[in-house]
Amino acid sequence: MLAKRIIPCLDVREGRVVKGVQFENLRDAGDPVELAKYYVDERADELVFLDITASKEKRPIVYELVERVAEEVFIPFTIGGGLTSSKEIQEILKRGADKITLNTAAVHNPELIAEAAASFGSQCVVVAIDVKRVTPERWEIFTHGGSKATGLEAVAWARRVEEHGAGEIMLTSMDTDGRKSGYDLVITRKIGEALGIPVIASGGGGELNHFADAFQIGGADAALAASVFHFKKFKIKQVKEFLQAQNIPVRF
Amino acid sequence: MISIIDYGVGNLKSLYNAFRHLDVPANLIRTADEVAAAEKLLLPGVGAFDYAMSNINRLGLVEVLQARAKEGVPVLGICLGMQLLFSHSTEGVGCQGLGLVQGTVTRFGQGKKVPHMGWNEIDVVHEGTLLRSLPESKYAYFVHSYHCVPEEKQDIAAFCDYGSPFCAVVARGNIFGTQFHPEKSQELGLQILENFGEI
Repeated sequence: MLAKRIIPCLDVREGRVVKGVQFENLRDAGDPVELAKYYVDERADELVFLDITASKEKRPIVYELVERVAEEVFIPFTIGGGLTSSKEIQEILKRGADKITLNTAAVHNPELIAEAAASFGSQCVVVAIDVKRVTPERWEIFTHGGSKATGLEAVAWARRVEEHGAGEIMLTSMDTDGRKSGYDLVITRKIGEALGIPVIASGGGGELNHFADAFQIGGADAALAASVFHFKKFKIKQVKEFLQAQNIPVRF
Repeated sequence: MISIIDYGVGNLKSLYNAFRHLDVPANLIRTADEVAAAEKLLLPGVGAFDYAMSNINRLGLVEVLQARAKEGVPVLGICLGMQLLFSHSTEGVGCQGLGLVQGTVTRFGQGKKVPHMGWNEIDVVHEGTLLRSLPESKYAYFVHSYHCVPEEKQDIAAFCDYGSPFCAVVARGNIFGTQFHPEKSQELGLQILENFGEI
């Protein structure tokens, strides 16, 4: 059976991991490649690197990072952060990344999704959508790390993203992100039911049962988390053991 | 030496990196002459079947690939590369493949998410050289919307289950294919690539 995926997210800036990661057994936990290898050994199912600098001038640093990761990591990995053109996407894929994420650029220019899907295949185009609950029944899309409202309704936008050829949705709730109080299960489920492509739940994973809820209640295909892994609240293996005990299919 | 055919479809870097990691000599080739001289051929690929076949045609590789396969040169197709080994695909308006394995390539049925994307378990039915010494955990990384249906059941070396069983690995004489990406399937995939190096 297709396994539910657990995906650690690494925030990088100028080629270094940010968010003080603490691992005594790593020589350099600020090195994304070292940290990536650590998570691969822990049975992470995929890795996501988000470049929070995301400026064009710094792009060569990202390209170099992709090359280094691709030389040592033999599971799928995704690169995101400020990508605005097919050219940049091509450079990243050419160097060995499996997928890229589009976020703000997809909102400004939905055709970029279609262009990337047509050139490189839907399987490598992940569209990251950041949502906030604006009324009890309505979620809207925000860009620029959740700071700018777009007025776009979340489910309608997700459908559009799928129609444009996205292969996957990375859904982050700005309400739950960083709070460790659980994923936003309602919007995760709504979008999952409206779409035929996989949904990665993101934002709020803080306890073992949050992961189980993301799959069982939210209907997600994958769950992404950062700090619970970086700060060793639990290991990926522990999450998987917990999920397996709930009869959720996972890979060991 | 394993020669990875670069026919302009998909990312070959990961495969090349995997062989380098394994210390298995590998190179990238593009021309019919290089195919004609290769010891082992690896056919990668992502994307659309007809686009891939038209590229192979344009580079003049169809006949030389078929001839080398007949001579007994080991050929491994990966993902779309596996599908190209078959006679025919229903993708798009339909398209002829290389015909190294008899069978068709068809889309997953309704009622499931397509593409089949992520880690799924394979069930090995004919180990052979390619699938020997695999780790206990049999998960492999898949990304595909179409799957292969060999005419001869015994050509199936491993199944995978996505609602119903489908062919995950094909093996017919010197012709092999994996629907999943061994270069992205951690120990299991690396073992398969290493095994191919030893065939």
